Amino acid sequence: MRLDLFSGERWVVPAIVFLLLAISPPFLSSFLLTLLTQALIYAILAMSLDIILGYTGLASLGHAAYLGLGAYSVGILTTRYAVGFSVALAAGVLMAVVVAAIFGLVALRATGVYFLMITLALGMVVWGLAHRWVTMTQGDNGISAISRPDLGLPWSLALSIPFYYFALAGFLVSFWILRAIVRSPFGQTLVGIRESESRMRTLGYHVWLHKYIGFVIAGGFGGFAGVLWAYYNGFVSPVDLQLATSVEVLLMVALGGRGTLLGPALGAGIIVFLKNLVSVYTHRWLLILGAVYIATIVYAPEGLLGAVRQWAQRARSNPSRSEA
Amino acid sequence: MDKKLIVALLAVVVLVMAGPGQGWPQKAPIRIGFLAPVTGGGAAVGKDMTSGFTMYLEEIGNQIAGRKVEVIVEDTQGDPSQALTKLRKLVDSDKVLVLAGAFLASEGYALAPKIDEYQIPTLFPVVSADDLTQRKPVKWLVRTGWTSSQPNQPFGEYVAKTLGYKKVVTIAMDYAFGWEQVGGFQRTFEEAGGQIVQKLWPPLGTTDFGPFLAQIKRDADAVFGVMVAASALRFPKQYQDAGLKARLPIIGGGTTFDEFVLPSLGDEAIGAITPLIYSAAIDTPVNKRFVKEYKTKYGKIPSYYSETCYTVARWINEGAKAVGGNVEDREKFLAALKRVEIPDAPRGPVKLDARGSPIQNIYVRKVEKKDGELWNTVIHTFPAVSQFWKYKPEEFLKQPVYNRNYPACKYC
Repeated sequence: MRLDLFSGERWVVPAIVFLLLAISPPFLSSFLLTLLTQALIYAILAMSLDIILGYTGLASLGHAAYLGLGAYSVGILTTRYAVGFSVALAAGVLMAVVVAAIFGLVALRATGVYFLMITLALGMVVWGLAHRWVTMTQGDNGISAISRPDLGLPWSLALSIPFYYFALAGFLVSFWILRAIVRSPFGQTLVGIRESESRMRTLGYHVWLHKYIGFVIAGGFGGFAGVLWAYYNGFVSPVDLQLATSVEVLLMVALGGRGTLLGPALGAGIIVFLKNLVSVYTHRWLLILGAVYIATIVYAPEGLLGAVRQWAQRARSNPSRSEA
Repeated sequence: MDKKLIVALLAVVVLVMAGPGQGWPQKAPIRIGFLAPVTGGGAAVGKDMTSGFTMYLEEIGNQIAGRKVEVIVEDTQGDPSQALTKLRKLVDSDKVLVLAGAFLASEGYALAPKIDEYQIPTLFPVVSADDLTQRKPVKWLVRTGWTSSQPNQPFGEYVAKTLGYKKVVTIAMDYAFGWEQVGGFQRTFEEAGGQIVQKLWPPLGTTDFGPFLAQIKRDADAVFGVMVAASALRFPKQYQDAGLKARLPIIGGGTTFDEFVLPSLGDEAIGAITPLIYSAAIDTPVNKRFVKEYKTKYGKIPSYYSETCYTVARWINEGAKAVGGNVEDREKFLAALKRVEIPDAPRGPVKLDARGSPIQNIYVRKVEKKDGELWNTVIHTFPAVSQFWKYKPEEFLKQPVYNRNYPACKYC
């Protein structure tokens, strides 16, 4: 059984990462800061996908739907009914949870490539709704002028530094909760299901229910990422939940390392920065992104964090692989 | 990419590394941010856009009002969130003084609130979403392109009165641009006595029109099609193969047969009649020179994307000259941009109405073959058409924006 890389005493790495994230704003230009904000939001989405992809072993191609549900809930509620942050947040997450609960009933009847295809189709349903339910979503034009929330803090979230800390807080909370989940007996059961579903069933676990709960949790955090995304951009359109977005999140997880939490976050950061910084230097940036994907698959099939872990294991030449 | 652009990009790199807090002294270069879809589905459009834009700036030696010009082209991928990210980059990191470009309506709507927030003078040469200069005006926006319904309002009347069609079927891409194009046409066509007898809406990205073509009512007089880019490449051929071309003449929105798709079409396009703000075949010395030089430079005929982006560069030049090159005074520069009138653009005279949308000629064009090439011959010109056609703006704005169900299909 594979274990979380940063389990036990190895909390040092995430702590250093978060410290760096917390003190970085004064040293960054405002554009780099907005990119970092974007990366944090995508990191939440990627980590949530990893609950089903990395920990449970089910590849979903419809995860952008939850981002969209969260974002559209915020967009519709704030522009039409001028609701506050807490209501929008609750609505966005709840919406994603409810839809995930329904989609889970359909999708979890299958595994493997069939699961992939069903989630793809369900994702397209949500996309189609955003695209065609014009009276509610304004269709292709998208919902614009979503104002940032007023939390009653002395700093306006309309400015980029306060909003960065807002997103960072959202990321930390998500990371904390997701970490607690994957390290709990429930999370370990998910890993067990990934490794051998039949064995877990023989051991008396309710496999379907565990998968279902994991699926819904992933949807809920996807919705949370969507809430932040809508506030960040002030805009939401069907492009945000199209297939390409789902694929991109999948690649973030694969690039960073499946079955870890910091891995997908790292992948999200790398892809957001590659996409936006490389395109400054060359219009052929897609080629470079493609090369990065291929290199990852060939040289680090377990993702960057997976490669680091293997390297660390070899360096310490530690024969014991499991402590559970 | 030319050398100047590379130099400009290198300058950006240095700037990004240098971090925030750069102040620009007077007489420093005028930095222009240009947003275009350089990759993705709209990449070919993005090429025409940047070609037109840089062509004009090269003609004036990259100098505006005695100041050097630096253009920073950023890729939006036709994705509104990406357009927003690039807007932040151009304004925050590159400190551009004026913005131009953008392609899709969704990009336009996404950018609009941020433009006002940043108070950055922005020109839209292509984005045509009606409401950006109608019911949801944007203070810092200067639209030099067109509105989606603008060419079709005069055209509706022309079809009913001059072409004499009484019953028309519409088939249009199912998104805001298609709805606004059909809406503008339907309103004036029906007011002039015509009837829309059927409205078909293939989804965006449709490649096989068979199921839709089969539904077309055969007792109509003509079919009004609105296609864009990739779908425009496929639609005319399938229309002909379905045996419809011989029975029902094809008319439509300007983009269905614009110069962007025309070189890739064959004889199936001949005879199509569409309205637009531009045709490469406009018979004026200014346009002939523009077409000739564009062709020499880029090896193809300019599309309306090329023309509008060529003209928007001139627009910035005229606006900056009017304030003596002091574009740092944003309010004054914006006011000057809104006052610019260009009497001799390749597409003809252009000026803005009170809401910052162009008043310009609308050309009714017919696809003809000359020397083995397809051209949009101008068969009629409506001079100085505004976004409101002949309606009073206040009354026009009381109607909802044209959409899938407005105007309703009374004769379906």
